[in-house]
Amino acid sequence: MKYLHLIWAALFRRKARTILTLVSIIAAFLLFGMLDAVRTSFNQAGQSANGAQRLQTGSKLSFIQTLPQSLEAQISQVPGVKMVTYANWFGGAYQDPHNQVFSFAVEPNYIDLYPEIEVSAAERKAFDETRTGVLVGEKLAKRFNWKVGDKIPLQSTIFPNREGSKNWTFDIVGIMHSKDKKAGGFYDQLFLLHWKYFDETTPFNRGTVGWYVTRVADVNQADRVAKAIDAISANSDHETRTQTEQAATANWMKQLADIGLIVGSIMGAVFFTLLLLSGNTMMQAVRERTSELAVLKTIGFSSHSVLAMVLAESVLLLLLGGSIGLGLATLIIPVLSAGSGGMLNLGAVSASSWVLGIVLMILIGLLVGALPALRAMRLNIVDALAGR
Amino acid sequence: MGALTNLLLLLLVVAVMVIWVMLPWYGVVALALLFAGWMLFTRRGQQAASVAGVGISTLGQRMGSSAVIVIGIAGVVGVLVALLAMGEGYAETLRKTGSDDTAIVMRGSSAAEVMSVLDHDSVTLIPQAPGIARDAKGQPIASPELVVAANLPLKGGTADDEGSVQLRGVGEQAWAVRPNVKIVEGCNFQPGMRELVVGKGAAKEFAGLEPGHTIHLGSQQWTVVGVFSSGDAMDSEVWGDASVVADTYRRGSSRASVTVRLTDPKAYDAFKAELDGNPQLKVDVNTTLDYFSKQSEGMTKVIRIVGITVGLIMAIGAMFGALNTMFAAVAARAREIATLRAIGFPGLPVVVAVMLETMLLALLGGLLGGLLAWLIFNGYSASTLAAGTVGKLSFELKVSPALLWTGLKWALAIGFIGGVFPAVRAARLPVTTALREL
Repeated sequence: MKYLHLIWAALFRRKARTILTLVSIIAAFLLFGMLDAVRTSFNQAGQSANGAQRLQTGSKLSFIQTLPQSLEAQISQVPGVKMVTYANWFGGAYQDPHNQVFSFAVEPNYIDLYPEIEVSAAERKAFDETRTGVLVGEKLAKRFNWKVGDKIPLQSTIFPNREGSKNWTFDIVGIMHSKDKKAGGFYDQLFLLHWKYFDETTPFNRGTVGWYVTRVADVNQADRVAKAIDAISANSDHETRTQTEQAATANWMKQLADIGLIVGSIMGAVFFTLLLLSGNTMMQAVRERTSELAVLKTIGFSSHSVLAMVLAESVLLLLLGGSIGLGLATLIIPVLSAGSGGMLNLGAVSASSWVLGIVLMILIGLLVGALPALRAMRLNIVDALAGR
Repeated sequence: MGALTNLLLLLLVVAVMVIWVMLPWYGVVALALLFAGWMLFTRRGQQAASVAGVGISTLGQRMGSSAVIVIGIAGVVGVLVALLAMGEGYAETLRKTGSDDTAIVMRGSSAAEVMSVLDHDSVTLIPQAPGIARDAKGQPIASPELVVAANLPLKGGTADDEGSVQLRGVGEQAWAVRPNVKIVEGCNFQPGMRELVVGKGAAKEFAGLEPGHTIHLGSQQWTVVGVFSSGDAMDSEVWGDASVVADTYRRGSSRASVTVRLTDPKAYDAFKAELDGNPQLKVDVNTTLDYFSKQSEGMTKVIRIVGITVGLIMAIGAMFGALNTMFAAVAARAREIATLRAIGFPGLPVVVAVMLETMLLALLGGLLGGLLAWLIFNGYSASTLAAGTVGKLSFELKVSPALLWTGLKWALAIGFIGGVFPAVRAARLPVTTALREL
């Protein structure tokens, strides 16, 4: 530590060059921060404690197939089940069939199973009492400029109402906020309407439900409960498949795309380039300073401390650039997510990304410093001073 | 004074970039020809050529630092082209699925087939509209189809890893509507039997989709009897007999859509007008080309934005790497450049020479990156859940010449910015200072 000022001075010996190199490193780690945020947000989707406590029961045949409503009573009899609710796809779209909205028709107790969703007591009461009332996520409300008290038309791309028209009208009675901003992007996009209103209005549902959500009393019993639920309808014409919400989300994400591979190959390309770049800068820096290093050795610095100083210089360079880059990513991501109006939902740069990033900075720093540092260590004082 | 010229230089660079982005390929060719002419036939040009010749011939000695530019730019171009190729491949697969002489009829305001339900009366009414082509027996070529999502185990996963595949219930006419779909292995399913034919892409994604195998859909067993290939989005589907599929999924006599072959693209307007005007029907009519292009719109846009953002950040990194290298190269040759200036070479040839050297390295980097992207990713198959369908859509990345050209343009732009500042610095360095340096 006592040589820090010396290392610092050496690092900024050529300001222009160091700054140019720093910008490259900043760009690389900015990219790293953003990509890692995407990767972790995909990996962590549904990984919350609540996600492990909830089971989803859907038709084994297909996720668009409905299940009889009578299952509710049977599921609630299964030992270990604390609460059951159900929901249906509504397939809502606003103004244009391609402007789709995540809309579910739900039983009133749906929100009780999702403690991540925050609704004020008054709005919750209003929802329970209004037949045509809906709760909308705050980002969704912002996207279409909706307010509490608005009467809005919504097309269903699947279900007509009793008159055969697919234009439904709802009253917005409340705005939902998700408690956990990091993982909660989804709830802020949600549109919830009453299952009962839905079922009575469309002639096509006839008392069936899309899927059941069950809260188990003990997370460790989740597997047993899931099997017991599936056993109820085994060999019937509506066999079910029950998974924890965590497993279901992970499965779903896996189908979206092989995110890991794409992110991994980009990061590989970035770091290879970065390695070459900063390695080259360090080589130049040491080459230029040959005589200075020789002077250091003359006045009594050991070969090993010269080695350590050059290594420290390159690690410092990486740490400096890398921290600025990751810091920028941390700042930019929330702005990007907000700016896209809910279209993009990048996760935040997590603590684990920072740890991984710092480990990478130190490793790359050591790697690119190794060759010039060895050169500096082996420097022959007489030759170096003579400029040979 | 210095600050003012620097500002002017910056403005010039911005202006050049704007023009460069909009320049079509023949513009670039014309520019290159003009430049070559200048170098061959004017005195200044010849001077520039000889100075550049010296710089380029010594590139080998500066292998390490030159490689930084080449590989840095290759990295940018490679990643950019690969990401854009993904978007291109996705859009291309869906675009190829549709044509302008077939039309798809769905229930009104259904965003996708899976959400549409047509009752039996509509299904029988639609084929009576005018403009539909007829087969040898005089029957209209119209295929009522049913689309549902089937859960099947994924290949290479545990037993619990299930994915969703688009299961299409079809009749005989489905093959007449889509002549590009051909059975490549096994045979077609028999009407009325629980038999399936599977697309090539679906067979690759899901376990057990080989001829002779049986799979479970709900509590029923189905036999896979054949594999078909179409080269478009249909490759990701599984087909079975419409009435048997409807039975399994309790759809009765309803269907999701009717796809018809028109006598020719011009017949579309009359066909649409007839269906829209029929009070017994509430349907949306689209050409399949329109329908599938619309399905790909959103996803393609997202992939393109991601590709360009990632490319841009990487390009900034590479640009500063190039700047660094060229500044170092100019500094190393400061005395040489000053000598040239002292014996009467004006500044311009020096600027051009340094620029030329950087652009050459950038060009090499661009070619290398494009080549790598093409070798590794052209034809690489990827899959995703597609908007508007209920199954995995597999598609191939497509590194088209247009994308390679885009990559090359990026490479040259990075090279230009990375070279112009060191070049101007080299030309402006006072001769006496430079000669005394080192």
